[in-house]
Amino acid sequence: MPEVILSAQDLVKHYPIRSGVLRRVAGQVKAVDGVSFDLHKGETLGIVGESGCGKSTLGRLLMRLEEPTSGKVIFGGEDWSGASGRKLRQMRRNIQIVFQDPYTSLNPRMTVGDIVGEPLEIHSDVVPKGGRRKRVQELLDLVGLNPEHINRYPHQFSGGQRQRIGIARGIALNPSVLVCDEPVSALDVSVQAQVVNLMEKLQDELGLAYVFIAHDLSVVRHISDRVGVMYLGRMAELGEEDEVYSRPTHPYTQALLSAVPVPDPTLRGKRDQIVLQGDVPSPANPPSGCRFHTRCWKAQEVCTIDEPELEMRPDGVGAHLSRCHFAEPRLILETVDVSDVEPDTRFAGTEVQDMSDLGSGLGAAGGGEDLGSSAADAGVERSSALHPDTDQAPQDTTRLVDEQPGDDRPTR
Amino acid sequence: MTTTQDTTTPKEKTSGVTYTPEDGLLLEVEDLYVEFHTPDGIATAINGVSFDLHQGESLAILGESGSGKSVTAQAIMGILDMPPAVIPGGHIRYCGQDLLSMPEDQRRRTRGPEVSMIFQDALSSLNPVFPVGWQIAEMFRMHRGVNKSDALQQAIRLMERVQIPAARDRVKAYPHQFSGGMRQRIMIAMAIALDPAVLIADEPTTALDVTVQAQIMALLEELQQERQMGLILITHDLGVVADVADRIAVMYAGRFVEKADVVELYSAPAHPYTRGLLESIPRLDQKGQTLAAIGGLPPNLMRIPPGCPFNPRCRRAEDVCRRDRPELREVVPGRLAACHFAEEVINA
Ligand SMILES: Nc1ncnc2c1ncn2[C@@H]1O[C@H](COP(=O)(O)OP(=O)(O)OP(=O)(O)O)[C@@H](O)[C@H]1O
Ligand SMILES: Nc1ncnc2c1ncn2[C@@H]1O[C@H](COP(=O)(O)OP(=O)(O)OP(=O)(O)O)[C@@H](O)[C@H]1O
Ligand code: SF4
Ligand code: SF4
Ligand SMILES: [Mg+2]
Ligand SMILES: [Mg+2]
Repeated sequence: MPEVILSAQDLVKHYPIRSGVLRRVAGQVKAVDGVSFDLHKGETLGIVGESGCGKSTLGRLLMRLEEPTSGKVIFGGEDWSGASGRKLRQMRRNIQIVFQDPYTSLNPRMTVGDIVGEPLEIHSDVVPKGGRRKRVQELLDLVGLNPEHINRYPHQFSGGQRQRIGIARGIALNPSVLVCDEPVSALDVSVQAQVVNLMEKLQDELGLAYVFIAHDLSVVRHISDRVGVMYLGRMAELGEEDEVYSRPTHPYTQALLSAVPVPDPTLRGKRDQIVLQGDVPSPANPPSGCRFHTRCWKAQEVCTIDEPELEMRPDGVGAHLSRCHFAEPRLILETVDVSDVEPDTRFAGTEVQDMSDLGSGLGAAGGGEDLGSSAADAGVERSSALHPDTDQAPQDTTRLVDEQPGDDRPTR
Repeated sequence: MTTTQDTTTPKEKTSGVTYTPEDGLLLEVEDLYVEFHTPDGIATAINGVSFDLHQGESLAILGESGSGKSVTAQAIMGILDMPPAVIPGGHIRYCGQDLLSMPEDQRRRTRGPEVSMIFQDALSSLNPVFPVGWQIAEMFRMHRGVNKSDALQQAIRLMERVQIPAARDRVKAYPHQFSGGMRQRIMIAMAIALDPAVLIADEPTTALDVTVQAQIMALLEELQQERQMGLILITHDLGVVADVADRIAVMYAGRFVEKADVVELYSAPAHPYTRGLLESIPRLDQKGQTLAAIGGLPPNLMRIPPGCPFNPRCRRAEDVCRRDRPELREVVPGRLAACHFAEEVINA
């Protein structure tokens, strides 16, 4: 396996809950509560879990957009936890983030050229001033946007195109890690595939490692090499994509997988269905012992007292990390390997190029009203409905960073 | 007049009018058009949509954002804002009677109890300032003339039916005191309170986690079977459709481009758009999949391209596609598609 580039060590983030007129601290939301993993060079680590389990918080901790309550982030062998000033800036250059909502994460008053070029202005040594516009155009081309649209504003683009802009900005400084928080969740299925394919292409070409955060288990399986399943601020299971999807040992993973609808009506009624009772408990007051015991059909008394460790447990073939006293593999659904199957491109394509200029009526006039009725806005609406309590994240990441002195990473 | 809502059949309603579906045919939508007249121009949101719905049947309307799914539902429910909406043509018949040509009060009396809807966003469609139990009870009081305490008892029974734990204790709770999944259950309770014959569920689980989605879909299916309702399930999720629906209508730019039995459509789609959708979604049960993305975007509804509306994104498009609009036609028995080359696609 390639070298470890980023590693999270026992990361914890607790948010104080204040109440009353005096705003006394009445408790703690344990958003992330002891998460560890390694990310290898060029790989994709998927992070899945239900709403509120701490995925976005984890992403922000990795980027050091928030200070962890405790724990470390190791990047390239160096501990960046206490880093500030110049050291922190240097790190941020290597780890970039792409947010879920392509609309609110882009500054509406900046042109696409300014948005994508801003990291280059901040880290001014990377590309000399005279070459920046050209570099921005290269980046737009790389993400499949028309480089001639460099002077347009975000509202003139669709949701999928805005997500491409976010990605172009994210890769502007040649980072080695891109943290992607629900990068395709707000997009329609046909557009989602365009962006997923683009991300895979960029990974191949640039050797990027992704932390891919999403609640859609199918998308995560598709793009990830390894997958971590989070529940109430903790990792419940972590392993290779195949281990987690074909041989899950944690009851929560099994329940999640069994709940995902599969687009195949012939499987109706034939699948292993695990219906979980109740809702996710509050992260301010997680259950004792195993955090999943309030919803687990296998729970025994020990589960309410002793919290299981995340450790290697047998999965029928080998072993992978799982946090359950009674871990055992269960086949939720048969996996079909279709690596050799060529997709039928007679009717739909596989191109990563953005083709929306072709007759959608979007490119040409490019007015805001064009989009008022298209995929983009409704998608954005849907995404905020999906994630009502997030979006605490700063709108813009690299804007937090000021001057950037020397750095040894070469530019492309 | 009956108050025990569990035994009511769709035929008995307090309005005194009875509706009897002939051969189980509940709803017929025929050649429906909806336009939005805005300062920027006319957006044709629905462009000649037709379908039938029978007792006990579940029809999925599948489409991407902006394709016209919710507008179709709103037209049936009579809750479109007019203006800006205009219905320049079409019929919506409930048990043979055209809702669009009825006088307003008769329409309301018919549609009210007979056809009901679960909205995309549960939180914004519940009234935040009244306890949920009260909101449900109020429906029994208004439509059934039940007294206050009976109405509350019925509300509790209904909340139990949709699996709200400790319903009796929570009947006085306010919407914000429930989780998203519970609120959606309450929406379902309200929608089925008056024993509708037709239930329209507009993306009932879009904002929910998968585990909760599975619970809600199972509940909906169970209630539909139990009451033999006609269910229209509006969704953009091909997985949900495969799990629940009998028939599917695929919508693109305000038209149905394909209509079929669910099993048949998934095994051999007849329209390039449907095919593209199926090939562009990652599947949980596959590894090593290459996603065949559909290029481009759906058209602007103010400038729908001439010919086939899908032609700018279609790899199979030829000159005829840019010139002549393909009608929705029977390709093989029971299979309808709007594509000049549907025979080729279905056999691909
Ligand atoms: N700034 C904050 N202050 C207080 N609580 C917070 C803050 N940010 C997040 N939380 C809480 O921490 C928990 C984890 O939130 P987080 O946004 O990381 O979840 P998530 O897994 O990304 O969820 P989603 O899938 O909905 O995006 C939630 O209960 C959330 O309400
Ligand atoms: N009040 C309105 N005024 C103008 N246009 C409208 C209005 N309501 C809907 N539309 C337009 O009609 C089209 C169809 O909208 P509709 O809400 O039916 O889409 P949908 O298929 O339900 O999408 P989604 O999956 O996002 O809910 C959209 O382009 C929308 O912008
Ligand atoms: S430890 Fe117990 S409660 Fe937790 S997942 Fe395993 S069996 Fe269930
Ligand atoms: S009619 Fe032509 S453009 Fe339209 S879907 Fe069929 S092949 Fe494609
Ligand atoms: Mg999040
Ligand atoms: Mg809608």
